[in-house]
Amino acid sequence: MINLVYLVPVFPLIGFLINGLGRNVWSKTLVSWIGSLAILLSFGLSLGIFFELQAATQKSFLVPIFDWISVGSLHIPFSFLVDPLSAIMLLIVTGIGFLIHVYSSGYMHEDAGFAKFFAYLNLFIFFMLLLVLGSNYVVMFIGWEGVGLCSYLLIGFWFTNGNYASAAKKAFVINRIGDLGFLLGVFLIYSTFGSVEFAQVFPQAALMAPGNATLALITILLFIGATGKSAQLPLFTWLPDAMAGPTPVSALIHAATMVTAGIYMITRSNILFTLAPFTTEIIAVVGLATAIVAALIALTQNDIKKVLAYSTVSQLGYMFLGLGVGAYTGAFFHVITHAFFKALLFLGAGSVIHAMHHEQDMRSMGGLRQKLPITFLTMLTGTIAISGLPPFSGFFSKDEILAHAYEHSPILWAIGVAGAMLTAFYMFRMLFLTFFGTFRGTKDQEKHLHESPASMTIPLVVLAILSIVGGFIGVPEVLGGHHWLAQFLSPVLAYTNAVAGETIPLDHATEYLLMCISVGAALISIAVAYVIYISRKAVPAADTEERSFLSNLSYHKFYIDELYSAIITRPLDIISQFFFKVVDKLGIDGLVNGIGTSAKEASKTLRLIQTGNVGFYIFMMVLGIVALLIYGFYHI
Amino acid sequence: MSQSLFYLVAFLSIFFSLLVIFSKNPVHSVLYLIITFFTFTIHYILLNAQFLAIVNFIVYMGAIMVLFLFVLMLLNLNKDTEPAKSNLLKIAGVVAGMCLLVTLVGSIKALNVSNPVVLTNPGLGLVKNLGKVLFNEFLLPFEISSILLLSAMVGAVLLAKKEA
Amino acid sequence: MENITQAIQGIPLNHYILLSAIIFAIGVMGVLIRRNAIVIFMSVELMLNAVNLLLTAFSAYRGDAAGQVFVFFIMALAAAEVAVGLAIIVMVYRNTSSVDINVLNKLKW
Repeated sequence: MINLVYLVPVFPLIGFLINGLGRNVWSKTLVSWIGSLAILLSFGLSLGIFFELQAATQKSFLVPIFDWISVGSLHIPFSFLVDPLSAIMLLIVTGIGFLIHVYSSGYMHEDAGFAKFFAYLNLFIFFMLLLVLGSNYVVMFIGWEGVGLCSYLLIGFWFTNGNYASAAKKAFVINRIGDLGFLLGVFLIYSTFGSVEFAQVFPQAALMAPGNATLALITILLFIGATGKSAQLPLFTWLPDAMAGPTPVSALIHAATMVTAGIYMITRSNILFTLAPFTTEIIAVVGLATAIVAALIALTQNDIKKVLAYSTVSQLGYMFLGLGVGAYTGAFFHVITHAFFKALLFLGAGSVIHAMHHEQDMRSMGGLRQKLPITFLTMLTGTIAISGLPPFSGFFSKDEILAHAYEHSPILWAIGVAGAMLTAFYMFRMLFLTFFGTFRGTKDQEKHLHESPASMTIPLVVLAILSIVGGFIGVPEVLGGHHWLAQFLSPVLAYTNAVAGETIPLDHATEYLLMCISVGAALISIAVAYVIYISRKAVPAADTEERSFLSNLSYHKFYIDELYSAIITRPLDIISQFFFKVVDKLGIDGLVNGIGTSAKEASKTLRLIQTGNVGFYIFMMVLGIVALLIYGFYHI
Repeated sequence: MSQSLFYLVAFLSIFFSLLVIFSKNPVHSVLYLIITFFTFTIHYILLNAQFLAIVNFIVYMGAIMVLFLFVLMLLNLNKDTEPAKSNLLKIAGVVAGMCLLVTLVGSIKALNVSNPVVLTNPGLGLVKNLGKVLFNEFLLPFEISSILLLSAMVGAVLLAKKEA
Repeated sequence: MENITQAIQGIPLNHYILLSAIIFAIGVMGVLIRRNAIVIFMSVELMLNAVNLLLTAFSAYRGDAAGQVFVFFIMALAAAEVAVGLAIIVMVYRNTSSVDINVLNKLKW
């Protein structure tokens, strides 16, 4: 079945074509069935591939599709690589993609662009599958760019609203900046290793010495690409604005799949990064900084989707922290668990928004747990998972990252724990404000409150179950497990494990201590949140009220958008205006029009010779004859 | 003596042609032109071009200048109706003419040789000999020139006709 | 006749060329100076005659009759030209009641 891996992206592509071309023809039911069925078939095939891979002794299969670029010494085949890393990503992408397709059939039911939405979703899945299946950097780049495009299309789905269209453009442009870094990295890889195929680059790289300057440059460029795609500092400002898209889009793209592309790429290229300690330091620091900054901003946000967006940025920061300290398995583990509970949280938020009839401000919510019981219970599991409380999935993955961070440097660990405290605090703040207390909205909204239909609640329940049990694939030895995920991924990390050890040389006592401290810290934050928002029934202030300095900074997102606007967009705008008004209008237009004008003026002057006076003409004739004779006789 | 005859007649030609262009009354101009043509006739005789001398006398002086006089009388032009030209243009005209003359003369100076005109064939200008050449070698142009004269006549009549 | 012709032999050709050039230049000056159309026309005739003289001189010098035949044709042509030209001048006078060439400036820009 591994040879049929090319069908996995083809099903969504066919779904895109059918739904896209027939978007005005098919009924909504048919469209949702075709879209979801395509992904379900891909999921089934991915399951088969996964089990076949697990049973096989060889763990890396190259499936060529066709010979793509063959120019001189440049050979880039279009082929797929099936190995543990891509197999797990296939399952996540198609599995969660399927659940979100089912959810969308309920959530987007009243929207006129229903078929277009499903077509775009299928196209996105197609490109994401190309990204994870590609056997070389260029095929990965096709998927990389394609998901950026689909992200733009889906964020700006309601493009008639100018703000949403601008948010889509912002996402695309910031992604592009990162893509430039990625592309330069790929060029450098080709010029250094002579190929872009994984199977040829990594063995060559493994022979290089650590600290190689070229590798450092390559990895920095690749990391810049990951920064754009996975919303790290400084290219993260697009993700909160991307909440302008419909909620299923936020769940799929900006929680589970697209934003994890950067981490996937770095995990895939792990040997390059292991041999560039300079870059990994930067990655760890940037990841941690992103985690903290985003968590601080999330503390005061009032839009339920914005809280989740900043939470995503923060969790992505944790994943990059994991990559930076060498915990590739831990970071990837966190990708999996984060996909579960973040998709769950977003879909739950969508359910709440749906019930509140598209109201997203938490200050108008409250006490919804009686009206929306299933949503409440599933979101509760998601919130507990993200706060890192055992035995839910988030605990295992986050703890693995923090343990590796402690081994690397205790300071990183301490700041990481502080970030975890903030995470727990703002997530439970969100939960309490939304579901507890008394309803603060209008009477009309209260009348409309109802639980969502089955098409929306069933995916919620499935994801909740996964959030609870998903952590058991990576139970560490200290707690008695055998960490199945680490064993499964070890072929992918073979070169890295040869250079540096995979297992943590921490003794069990320290590990227990670290776990207890992080769990205790999370519990303290939850208690504080409970006291503030339930015992004292605090409600966040309205937009116009005065805030303290720190609260103001956090509420206004540390003014980062304004900073970018002042430093980058304003100067670019000024330069562009200058080129428009001066260089183009005066210079180039002046030159071109000036030629015409000068021709006109010259002819105006020349026509004065036509005086109509015969005597003048004869005079000129005589002068001409004299000149001719002089020239002829004397050859001047 | 004979050579000084040539120079005398040449001087007369130049003098009377100057009078042609400088006299105010157009009738006077016509008359001076007739005298100039007479001097030309003498020049032809000196070159033993007898036929041309007679033709010049009859056609130019007898026909063409008479035609000029007819038209002058018809238009009733005399000194009073003569339009005046600005001095600047007159001087410009004189200068241009002088330039032309200087150019032509200068080109002659380039020639060092100046051979005397020796009539190698004294019977060249006689009517009989010229007639033979005309009707042997130049028969076609001769006939066509008759058509030319015909068309000129038709054209002149048509042009000058009063509109009905 | 022969006496005279033999007597006047020996005039350098350059003198004939010079005489012809002077009369031609006088004709050009006449065209440029005068404003009366008929006088201009007469100056043109003067120029033609200067050329005739030169042609005849060359014909006598070279012993070639073609020069004098050419003069013959020029005279015929000049006659025709005068006829048509004067007819045109009469027409112009009829339309503008003047033979001043400055009146004929309708081809101004």
